Amino acid sequence: MFARRTLLMAAAFTALSLGAAHPAAAVDLTMYYPVAVGGPVTKIVDDMVARFEKENADIKVTAVYAGNYTDTMTKAMTAMKGGQPPQLSVLLSTDVFTLMDENAIVPFDDLVSDKAWFKEFYPAFMANGQVDGKTWSIPFQRSTIVLYWNKDAFKEAGLDPEKAPASWDEMTEMSKKLIKKDSSGNTTRWGVEIPTTGYGYWMLQALAIENGQKMMNEAGTEVHLTAPKTVAALDYWVDLSRKYNVMPSGSIDWATLRTDFLEGKTAMMWHTTGNLTAVKDAAKFPFGVAMLPAKERRGSPTGGGSFYVFKSASPEQQKAAVKFIQWMTAPERAAEWSMKTGYVAVSPAAYKTKAMEEYAKGFPQATVARDQLEHAVPELSVHENGRIYKFVNDAVQAAVTGTQKPQEALAAAQAQSDRVLRASK
Amino acid sequence: MRDRTHPVEAVAAWVLALVWLAPLAYAFWSALHPAAYATSFSLSAPWTLENFERAWKQAPFARYYLNTIVLVTLVLVGQLVLSTLAAYAFARFKFRGSTIAFALVLLQLMIMPDVLIVENYRAIARLGLLDTIPAIALPYLASAFGIFLLRQTFKSVPQELVEAARVEGAGPLGILWRVYVPLARPTYIAFGLVSVSYHWNNFLWPLIVTNSVEARPLTVGLAVFGAPETGVDWSVITAATVMTMAPLLIAFLLFQRQFVQSFMRAGIR
Amino acid sequence: MTDTTAASSIPERRAGSQAWWNAVNAWLLLLPAAVLLVAFTHYPILATIRHSLFITKRNGTEVFVGLDSYQAMAADPIFWKALVNNFWFALGTIPTSIALALVMAVWVNRNMRGRGFLRLAYFTPTVLPMIAVANIWLFFYTPDYGLLDQLRGLLGLGGWNWLGDPSTVMGCLIVMVIWKEAGFFMIFYLAALQQLSPDLEEAASIEGASRWYTFRRITFPLLMPTTLFVAINAVINSFKLVDHLVIMTKGGPNNASTLLLYYIYEVAFTFQDSSYAATLTVVLLLLLSAVALVKFGYLDRRIHYQ
Repeated sequence: MFARRTLLMAAAFTALSLGAAHPAAAVDLTMYYPVAVGGPVTKIVDDMVARFEKENADIKVTAVYAGNYTDTMTKAMTAMKGGQPPQLSVLLSTDVFTLMDENAIVPFDDLVSDKAWFKEFYPAFMANGQVDGKTWSIPFQRSTIVLYWNKDAFKEAGLDPEKAPASWDEMTEMSKKLIKKDSSGNTTRWGVEIPTTGYGYWMLQALAIENGQKMMNEAGTEVHLTAPKTVAALDYWVDLSRKYNVMPSGSIDWATLRTDFLEGKTAMMWHTTGNLTAVKDAAKFPFGVAMLPAKERRGSPTGGGSFYVFKSASPEQQKAAVKFIQWMTAPERAAEWSMKTGYVAVSPAAYKTKAMEEYAKGFPQATVARDQLEHAVPELSVHENGRIYKFVNDAVQAAVTGTQKPQEALAAAQAQSDRVLRASK
Repeated sequence: MRDRTHPVEAVAAWVLALVWLAPLAYAFWSALHPAAYATSFSLSAPWTLENFERAWKQAPFARYYLNTIVLVTLVLVGQLVLSTLAAYAFARFKFRGSTIAFALVLLQLMIMPDVLIVENYRAIARLGLLDTIPAIALPYLASAFGIFLLRQTFKSVPQELVEAARVEGAGPLGILWRVYVPLARPTYIAFGLVSVSYHWNNFLWPLIVTNSVEARPLTVGLAVFGAPETGVDWSVITAATVMTMAPLLIAFLLFQRQFVQSFMRAGIR
Repeated sequence: MTDTTAASSIPERRAGSQAWWNAVNAWLLLLPAAVLLVAFTHYPILATIRHSLFITKRNGTEVFVGLDSYQAMAADPIFWKALVNNFWFALGTIPTSIALALVMAVWVNRNMRGRGFLRLAYFTPTVLPMIAVANIWLFFYTPDYGLLDQLRGLLGLGGWNWLGDPSTVMGCLIVMVIWKEAGFFMIFYLAALQQLSPDLEEAASIEGASRWYTFRRITFPLLMPTTLFVAINAVINSFKLVDHLVIMTKGGPNNASTLLLYYIYEVAFTFQDSSYAATLTVVLLLLLSAVALVKFGYLDRRIHYQ
């Protein structure tokens, strides 16, 4: 009697507690992400992830910093082929073709019911991720190339510190005035620097589009490297150092360029807007940010990374991943990310948040990259993009170091690219 | 008398030594002084540990240390066991095919796992061991170098001792354990130091085979840490570099003679 | 009668079964090492060769293409550049480091004051990881604020983009590798020098030979086995050493510093083209086998080892 009741109660308790323990164990997500800009970016990411996890106790996200864009793509692919794919990753928006070819990702159309969400983002950023009418990636850390200029240097050289060059010719002329040499004739300050390492193809694309030339076709199966306007663009780049002597000759490093600018070794630099906050925090002089100068037109390729969801993730994981992505790209977070790094916030709504509006009022440089979206073109996106980038990077380096003439270098890159792309047609 | 060294030679030797130490000295200078003094060598520059602090916080070096220690220990233990057994077989057993087998072993001295990264990666992937510390260790556990060294050492063990042990009723493994292994101690130490040095410093294979912090050794951690894209704060990077090489360096300084003799012994073939 | 024959055949049988037991024991002892060696050395060699004859399509199926990949490789300018670079790299690092190593060993071997310090200074780079060495030297070579350019600044010369200029990048890397390797080779010479009988030098000096003459005619020839041993090791090392490329130049600018193993790594893991990577690996294996042949087939016959 008494014992039976106790037994029954024990049984009931057990059943209840088993039932109560059932709420699913947390969904585990692994995400690889790259950092290609200065500043404590991994800390910012870790912080945002932690906050997401607090709001969503049933999802655990392990964010793994994997190096730059190339390294991260390598890691993700290697992990996938090794049987341990991540569930989502931030990869170049232009990796989409390669990822599709590898059957690695799943389009967001299958994962969300409300497709109106896609329209909330800037179309310029969505463009790279939309193939065959489906959306394969959601923008996250997106950028355009901007021109940073040292206002003090401008004043010193007798130029209007509030006016940046608006055309190639202006940039050349102003650079000539900004050159400073020491007593032995060595240049201590250059006019402008465009980085050659890391993402040379991206810079070339900017110059090409400003010259009115698109470097690839829509389908991502052709590159136009030997088009006369592309060659002319590379010619101009090389001329900056060899003919006009306003840029150091030889390879200019992506990473040290920011330090060069901050130390006053160059008065202007072309760099990603993703470096904006890092420059802002470290600059000991007032500086400006402008759209890239025009030749036939203004222009810059978009750049940066987007979120992808991997096919190998379980439906549960995919849902959790989408939740995470929606959280990370929500206007408040997009604004926060933009303010902390300098990347363009990925949706117009982000710029309408109070925090962002105030920030932009006090620091108008923050909106230049976004304003440039009007003139932006999608980044060079082709199948086998890793290899194509290497060919173009090599060509840029060959031309800039004087090993080959731009025409030759680009012809070689074109030939190799054609060979590789032929297989994917 | 004969040993009197020409003073010019002595000076030259010392100059070379100082030149040789300069890069390392520089790394320490940069790591122990604040960033502003990284390239200016004024004696009044303040000493600081803040670079180490920042490096330690920016990347999980504690975990990297743990991984590396586990890795080299695993490799060393595996190598010692496997090489001892195999060397014993080659040194003291006559059996058909031993010459060919030994030749095949020696092949690994020329064609090391380091150059077979593509296939070995696929093998590890098939075993499902990617991104684990054993994955880094596996291709190296069978060490042709170890087998070679130990075989030579075992061959020089006097037969009387072996006989004595056999008389006492020891089986082959007992003889191995009681006679051969103790006598080969110098070789073990030599091999151990060479192996630990090599695997502490190994980079390319661990880079390929690990993805996450849980398995990454110090060398890979350092490379990821110093990735140029994030901008170059040399003081912090040199601090991280110093942290990566410190254990071996300290061990080397303390046990210089053993290190040198180990490498020497390993080289006497 | 039958007893004696039975008795005499027992030792034979025991000998026969003894040999069998011997073999079993031996193979059992060898088994663990053998399994791993086959799995991670011998099998991969064969698998690489096979893999180079196929192409893996994106959907995972393998297609036999015979020597197509080899033809593509022959037409690949980056491959040839890598090979040529390996050659210059070996030529630049090996003779110099060996010569330096010999000089260092001779000095350390002398009864000089502070030879322990000398030995320490020369050998230390050996215990450092290549990646750490690369970081340090990367800073030396950084344009304008790197140490080297600072020194140039003191001399009134302008900065130079050491690693970004195709004409200087190899030289810079070669210097760094010599720094790392010379001390390692020194050890082998030291061991050899210490095994030389001091009587030789005594005899030579009594005969009136100068130190240089003694060295040239007696010491150096006696060190020949060591020199060849070190040279072979150095050649093998020169194929394996690519760690520094990963963080210093990534093979650039424009493949001016790329090496074969680094290109293999790039092709296999950055471009995910494992068939082509296998093809390239086969070339590397052939080169290493050639070195092995020279060592085992030729050199080892001429020099007596134990």
